[in-house]
Amino acid sequence: MSIKAQFRLDYPGFALDVDLDLPGRGVTALFGQSGCGKTTLLRCIAGLERGAGRLEVNGETWQDAGSFMATHRRPLGYVFQDARLFAHLTVRGNLDYGMRRAFRRGPGADSRGFNSIVELLGLGPLQERLPERLSGGEQQRVAIARALLTVPRLLLMDEPLASLDHARKQEILPYLERLRDELDIPLIYVSHAADEVARLADHIVVLEAGRAVAQGPLAETLARIDLPIRLGEDAGAVFAATVAERDAEWHLSRVEFDGGELWVKDSGVPVGRRVRVRILARDVSIANSRHDDVSIMNLLPAVVIAHAGEDHPSAVLVQLRIGATTLLARLTRRSAQRLDLAPGREVWVQIKAVALIG
Amino acid sequence: MLSSPDLAAIWLTFKLATITTLLLLLIGTPIAWWLARTRSWWKGPVGAVVALPIVLPPTVIGFYLLLIMGPQGFVGRFTEWAGIGLLPFTFGGLLVGSVFYSMPFVVQPIQNAFEAIGERPLEAAATLRASPLDTFFSVALPLAKPGFITATILGFAHTVGEFGVVLMIGGNIPDKTRVVSVLIYDHVEALEYGQAHWLAGGMLAFSFLVLLALYTLTGRKSQ
Repeated sequence: MSIKAQFRLDYPGFALDVDLDLPGRGVTALFGQSGCGKTTLLRCIAGLERGAGRLEVNGETWQDAGSFMATHRRPLGYVFQDARLFAHLTVRGNLDYGMRRAFRRGPGADSRGFNSIVELLGLGPLQERLPERLSGGEQQRVAIARALLTVPRLLLMDEPLASLDHARKQEILPYLERLRDELDIPLIYVSHAADEVARLADHIVVLEAGRAVAQGPLAETLARIDLPIRLGEDAGAVFAATVAERDAEWHLSRVEFDGGELWVKDSGVPVGRRVRVRILARDVSIANSRHDDVSIMNLLPAVVIAHAGEDHPSAVLVQLRIGATTLLARLTRRSAQRLDLAPGREVWVQIKAVALIG
Repeated sequence: MLSSPDLAAIWLTFKLATITTLLLLLIGTPIAWWLARTRSWWKGPVGAVVALPIVLPPTVIGFYLLLIMGPQGFVGRFTEWAGIGLLPFTFGGLLVGSVFYSMPFVVQPIQNAFEAIGERPLEAAATLRASPLDTFFSVALPLAKPGFITATILGFAHTVGEFGVVLMIGGNIPDKTRVVSVLIYDHVEALEYGQAHWLAGGMLAFSFLVLLALYTLTGRKSQ
């Protein structure tokens, strides 16, 4: 079960040249700055752009040297950045559009499938409306449902949140999380927002100037220090944890992860629930001994693994291990030298902020 | 009041304009689609030829059509060979002339409408399993509806107002090629100003109503 995509495409001033082997399930993020080629790559996978190369999706060849399957014959769903609903059709008409056509070509959604997807995306009351009467977030939810109703074997999303404001993003993200948890087909998700990727993805491909500079499982790849240069302010670690305790007095939750535990703001997540934790490198500082006379709540023993220069010559990024979990810390180069942070050194990390995501 | 030749001319004009408009919607839509989407070098020349009737005096169009459709012209030879006979001075010839003459008024609004739709909804349709032909009928045509309304109204009205081309290739044969605009000319030549008034006034009212309808429809759409 995998997606093998190899494409070469030349435009004046830009070339896409990738050879990827992506997991055949879960969420893969294509991550990079705008202009890095991530949307072009997604369009190649959809057949909307014709690059030279080959594409194999879970054993089925969609493109190779001698053949090119037209977009409308590929069993995929595509969610565009701008929802692209059909303005002449109601929400119901938009949902029916792909569903009817997919049905003619093979197994489509039945009425039970329809109802569950409509419910999953909360579209029940919107069905008779025209797209122009929907908010941006509602339009995007319709677009996602419209794509799902074709019962695709691969779902592609091109920055589905990028054209929405912060509030609308927060409105859609829970739907995407539910989708991630309930969907049993691979989802390729294009984004330039590290927080979205950290929250949704299982696997990440980092693109730069048309090439894949890194790819791998999310936590592992985000914790690489030869890479965060490209992430800048967004560099940080993401790992799984479990809510172990909720403290009603201080409105805090204790989460356990492979290597220790953290206190975080109680955001209503029940005890026992698996969560993702994200700790940005800039929120982690290092001390050679344990300091209890600081305001910081989360103090953990760690071992320095490695460090690497940052994009600014004053900064370094330090990779630390706590149990089986890798953490990143951004320090000034001077501090790193003063603390003598050589690989293998045992230190204390002070974590200023922890975000529970997804 | 309107005499029976007047009524015959009105009926003929109506028939000519209706058939011309229908033919133009059939012929013009693929041309407009091609013009709206091609990146071919031919887009410029073809677009220019389609637009020619806007700038050319109708007599020029009529003159060349007369030559082409005449016994020495290649169209004329073809129609004679095909057993249709010569087209000038027949209703068929008038139709051919009208189709050319009104072409830009049908093609351009439809082309603009197709261009305004752009690539995006068409790509979305492709990802929803719609073949290109299916996409054309289920997405492009419905979205271009305002362009088709404009094209139909303009094509019809412009054909009704045709004079020079008709005179050159149709002549003035009662019940066959004598349309309202030509008959008005006849009435004025014969100093029948009363008769001319009925027809001319009718044309004026008709044209005004058509444009009023057009601007009301398109104006409401753009709000």
